[in-house]
Amino acid sequence: MNEEYDVIVLGTGLTECILSGIMSVNGKKVLHMDQNPYYGGESASITPLEDLYKRFKLPGQPPASMGRGRDWNVDLIPKFLMANGQLVKMLLYTEVTRYMDFKVIEGSFVYKGGKIYKVPSTEAEALASSLMGLFEKRRFRKFLVYVANFDEKDPRTFEGVDPKKTSMRELYKKFDLGQDVIDFTGHSLALYRTDDYLDQPCCDTINRIKLYSESLARYGKSPYLYPLYGLGELPQGFARLSAIYGGTYMLNKPIEEIIVQNGKVVGVKSEGEIARCKQLICDPSYVKDRVEKVGQVIRVICILSHPIKNTNDANSCQIIIPQNQVNRKSDIYVCMISFAHNVAAQGKYIAIVSTTVETKEPEKEIRPALELLEPIEQKFVSISDLFVPKDLGTESQIFISRAYDATTHFETTCDDIKDIYKRMTGSEFDFEEMKRKKNDIYGED
Amino acid sequence: MALRELKVCLLGDTGVGKSSIVWRFVEDSFDPNINPTIGTKLFVKILPLSATFNSLSCSFSTGQVRASFMTKTVQYQNELHKFLIWDTAGQERFRALAPMYYRGSAAAIIVYDITKEETFSTLKNWVRELRQHGPPSIVVAIAGNKCDLTDVREVMERDAKDYADSIHAIFVETSAKNAININELFIEISRRIPSTDANPPSGGKGFKLRRQPSEPKRSCC
Repeated sequence: MNEEYDVIVLGTGLTECILSGIMSVNGKKVLHMDQNPYYGGESASITPLEDLYKRFKLPGQPPASMGRGRDWNVDLIPKFLMANGQLVKMLLYTEVTRYMDFKVIEGSFVYKGGKIYKVPSTEAEALASSLMGLFEKRRFRKFLVYVANFDEKDPRTFEGVDPKKTSMRELYKKFDLGQDVIDFTGHSLALYRTDDYLDQPCCDTINRIKLYSESLARYGKSPYLYPLYGLGELPQGFARLSAIYGGTYMLNKPIEEIIVQNGKVVGVKSEGEIARCKQLICDPSYVKDRVEKVGQVIRVICILSHPIKNTNDANSCQIIIPQNQVNRKSDIYVCMISFAHNVAAQGKYIAIVSTTVETKEPEKEIRPALELLEPIEQKFVSISDLFVPKDLGTESQIFISRAYDATTHFETTCDDIKDIYKRMTGSEFDFEEMKRKKNDIYGED
Repeated sequence: MALRELKVCLLGDTGVGKSSIVWRFVEDSFDPNINPTIGTKLFVKILPLSATFNSLSCSFSTGQVRASFMTKTVQYQNELHKFLIWDTAGQERFRALAPMYYRGSAAAIIVYDITKEETFSTLKNWVRELRQHGPPSIVVAIAGNKCDLTDVREVMERDAKDYADSIHAIFVETSAKNAININELFIEISRRIPSTDANPPSGGKGFKLRRQPSEPKRSCC
């Protein structure tokens, strides 16, 4: 008889590896395979640098000025972790954090009138900032106090606002906030990429601002964290968790067929053999006929030999270019990290520009961001389709992750994980479910 | 006395006794079926690299947990060396060890079984893998395990020693079962580790994530 698994996972992106870890910890028999010879799928960090040149079909070898190829670990998708966000919670509950070291991103900046300004990270910085006028600052402060005290579960903190009905536009009005403050709050703190949120109920926005300020309060400087050696460490860490709890790992495994009987998945065929399963988790690249395209994201990886101008020589930072500053519908993000994170050769910086594609000339759209980075030593441009599953997998028991979107953190990725978990198990996701059930460490502490 | 934390990663084919060597070193014990809670049943049967889905059935049953991490502190001259030993968690079986596994290792112990020629011939692949993913100045040790089983020996000590010398690696034949050369292996690793960090990471150190002080404390291991 062929071997039977509870769950087969295809692709070792972050979503797949976290789900694989949760399933193994909870006693499911998991087989996890990837058609690539490396971990991470779309959320891999590419190393050595030669492989990045090959991947983007650049002719020849990296020049000698790029240093040693294996000193590079270049993310394909730029994201940071919110210090108080869901991914950090998952890392702590699973103790995967043990395998990794982090650094705080040194600063967050926002683009206004062609210049960049630091997003204040302390009250003193806020008072000194030229982002808004003095009277606005006072009203803004009152608003932030309201947000800090707001508790979704305690109506006494609502002050007459119905979080599920009052729109964010109305809430801004209540605090008499001007356009500059509104732009700043929505895009630099709540991290919305468009202005669609203004007419939605204000609860989500308030919680986003809370997440930002609580994350900022953890380490100062910025609300963002980044793992040494690149984001590709994250899926590897969760894959290790899954393996410790019995998960079987295979890379470089061509997937020939996903076998479906009577509308339901029964197994996966690879190299002429069949492994049976009850449920299947995979990324969109394994099931092209079961996903649909909902948009495109342009990402440009830029290698620099200098820190970005006007960032106080930060070795890492984020820059948000709000949509209305450049006549767009969605914001442009720049995420920069450097040799300080063991992702680049000594003295080198990696800035990744990304945004949702809005026109037929996406490279033109991101020009304002590239201008902030000049001179750029090498560019790697990619335009990726945003795929989402066509159905919820209820019937087929095939659960497909969503492609990584243009957001600057992992909150939407975690929402997707929680959602898939619920669809697979029928119960609400609970972080407690991720805790290691048995000791796997021996010797003295 | 200065305390240095030294990460050590284990390499070698499934079933050669990687976990048993560490188990002997850390706990000074040996169990032919080792404690099933650490899933060492896993190591009993050797699978060829071309193992099929079908032959996986000898693996690990669900609910078991693999030992992933073992520690032991020993004194070496005027330093304390705390060995943080990472086990493969079974990811070596289909050559799916992640680069993370090798990262920051001060030493690697590559184990083969003196009674199984093929575990010695794959040694070169593990060395290549280590050169590709491991830190450049990593101390390499080769351990020919199960040296108590001399009557079924397939690998000559001389051949293994010559190979180890050719790649400047430490070489010992060990028996986790009879506690032969296990401590010696780690003492030799201590001796070969440069006294100061020769290759500090260029970007400096990061930190480990911790829970907020306000959150309830959990027993951590």
